[in-house]
Amino acid sequence: MSSAHGQSPKPPHAFFQHHYNTVEQQAGAAKLGMRAFLATEILMFSGLFLAYFIIRMFYPEMVLGSHELLSKTMGGINTVVLLTSSFTMAMAVRSAQVGNTKGIVINLYLTIACACIFMVVKYFEYTGKFENGIFPGKYFDYARASEYARAHGHELVGLPHIFFGIYFCMTGLHGVHVLVGIGVLIWILVRAKKGHFGPQYFTPVENVGLYWHIVDLVWIFLFPLLYLVK
Amino acid sequence: MATPDKHSATDGAHAREPSFYTSKRGLMSWIITLDHKRLGMMYLAGTMFFFLIGGVAALTLRTELLTPELDLVTSATTYNKLFTVHGAVMVFLVIIPSVPAALGNFLLPLMLGAKDVAFPKLNLLSFWIYTLGACFFIYTLFAGSLDTGWTFYTPYSSNGGAQGTAVISATFGAFILGFSSILTGLNFLVTVHKMRAPGLTWNRLPLFVWAIYATAVIQILATPVLAITLMLLIIERTLNIGIFDPAMGGDPVLFQHFFWFYSHPAVYIMILPGFGIISELVAVHSRKHIFGYKAIALSSVAIAIISFLVWGHHMFVSGQSELAGVVFSFLTFAVAVPTAIKVFSWVATLYKGSIAFNTPMLYALAFLFTFTIGGLTGVFLGALSVDIHLHDTYFVVAHFHYVMMGGTIIAFIGGLHHWWPKMTGRMFNEAHGRWGCLIVFIGFNMTFFNQFIVGQQGMPRRYATYVPQFQLQHVLSTIGSYILGLGLFWTLFYLLRSLKTGAQATDNPYGGASLEWMTQSPPIEHNFHGQPRVDTDPYNFPQIDRSGGMDHH
Repeated sequence: MSSAHGQSPKPPHAFFQHHYNTVEQQAGAAKLGMRAFLATEILMFSGLFLAYFIIRMFYPEMVLGSHELLSKTMGGINTVVLLTSSFTMAMAVRSAQVGNTKGIVINLYLTIACACIFMVVKYFEYTGKFENGIFPGKYFDYARASEYARAHGHELVGLPHIFFGIYFCMTGLHGVHVLVGIGVLIWILVRAKKGHFGPQYFTPVENVGLYWHIVDLVWIFLFPLLYLVK
Repeated sequence: MATPDKHSATDGAHAREPSFYTSKRGLMSWIITLDHKRLGMMYLAGTMFFFLIGGVAALTLRTELLTPELDLVTSATTYNKLFTVHGAVMVFLVIIPSVPAALGNFLLPLMLGAKDVAFPKLNLLSFWIYTLGACFFIYTLFAGSLDTGWTFYTPYSSNGGAQGTAVISATFGAFILGFSSILTGLNFLVTVHKMRAPGLTWNRLPLFVWAIYATAVIQILATPVLAITLMLLIIERTLNIGIFDPAMGGDPVLFQHFFWFYSHPAVYIMILPGFGIISELVAVHSRKHIFGYKAIALSSVAIAIISFLVWGHHMFVSGQSELAGVVFSFLTFAVAVPTAIKVFSWVATLYKGSIAFNTPMLYALAFLFTFTIGGLTGVFLGALSVDIHLHDTYFVVAHFHYVMMGGTIIAFIGGLHHWWPKMTGRMFNEAHGRWGCLIVFIGFNMTFFNQFIVGQQGMPRRYATYVPQFQLQHVLSTIGSYILGLGLFWTLFYLLRSLKTGAQATDNPYGGASLEWMTQSPPIEHNFHGQPRVDTDPYNFPQIDRSGGMDHH
């Protein structure tokens, strides 16, 4: 640890902050900070996952019946889209490490495009639900929702508003994270275009990448739990 | 001594520079400051302001309890609002930020020999998030209808039994304050890992830093769960999604599990930094090497870990399974072990030390007395059968006030005196300080000690009226609270007065050996003139017993 405080072999880059002693110290602090932040994200989602499992334990048939109303196709498309975006994000980080500014910019554009596709699909998914009276909580229209369910060959049982309540909470919070992700991706895209990143300095790209992978990872758990109940 | 290497050549002999107060001027230099010392002072002002508000609420409800009937406040609902304001403000706005955010911000980088925390901008952000959350609480005060208690238990808080928008604004305020707490914890965690001066190894960290570190870990791992819980409560109240509200198919006890999964660790967010302060006070003012350095340091971490496994002891009578009750009870007893290790180590440090009975040390001794009572009565409450009898009585009230007020706040005031010369550059009047400590100590014990007895006799919590046979004890409590209030106002008075008339403080008035004493009082903007280096641990006081009591057997 203390070796990090010794004479730095690397010269300070343009974004070196002077309350640090060395470039390595700054990069290490940023990475540790990001990892700690991601731990808080996981714990925040874990509360919702726990709520989901308790609901599933209390009302297994209700969850099984309600989940049939979610579109497996749209969920599947979004899963593929997010996985692709994680790949392009990793490529952006790699491009930064080897100093390929053009590569960073292209891969960030691709990542942002995937994120936008995800949100558009989500928009159609949500409006599809709302049009058929599937709202969270007390706004849930039981008559219209069961009519819609019967039209698709399913039967609603028990208290489906609880399932859709937790569905909107989980996917909603995840969606907010995707929107924030689009914001920070645009921020590093602008910086990448200005040529800020290279082998000397790419911590922001790396950290945004870590954040994006966590957003992706949460979805990897959300998709089977909500859409593929057995 | 720590840091003799360069500091004597740099800081000691260096020409005095303007302090961080005067290096920049104007209101904007405070509002957008990145200086951890200024942010610490701003947090201090904020927490003190809310301490006053929470304290006035407490004195009002103590006054109401002078007689068995309702007289001062017009209805039981008003009384409910008063104790809710007192509890919520004291927990979320005073105790949680008091030591870490106020003293921690000021001291942590100084103790580490760093120029600042790892992320100064994030530090500024978390101060303004705190202010925003506080605004929601102030709004709630004026909206005036939060009567759920600080725990926001469902279904009362979720189904409209509690009226108006106050539940939402208060919950949202606590949600926002949670982010402030998370960001501060994250910042401190990274600062301790990455910003230590050369030679300042983990085993040479002052114990205050260890305590802040353990606190930061809990803040990072527990607070997000509170955030999602409060978010779910707000959603439940506005949309009735049916997760906590039994009328909609939810489970109200689930809320209690969620809430205490954060709020029990939060108890240690409140008390661990207090432990850190006491370790410093006891060692410095008895001029003796701290006894059991590693045991104290690691017991903080042990408490942080166990704290996540004991939430169910708040719910012994909630209908959770008996097996869960037994396991939670056992784990609760386990907390007593690392805690006792600390208390015994402090007492062993005092043993044959050269004790100075000055104000900081008197507060440390008061802490040892009151906190030990608070801790041991916690073991009573952790025992299943005893808790059935004592649950929701004044015994519980007395217990957590002995821990929170007799523990954290007493330690905080002691720490405030200990570092006052460093923070302000002024000495307070020592005689005034000793009198203040005596009045606070007497007032505190008079208020809360007999609440153990009246609680054991069956006086329930949260009631505005009571049977006449308890009146004498309630009157005693109320008089005690007036004495306590007097002591605290007196303390505020002489501390503020010292800013004008106090003698100029030297750089190291108490002969401390940790890094914060090696710079100017008050410190310069960049903390140190050069990069401090450390070659021994922070409790090696010169010309005194360094054995830590180890050579006696």
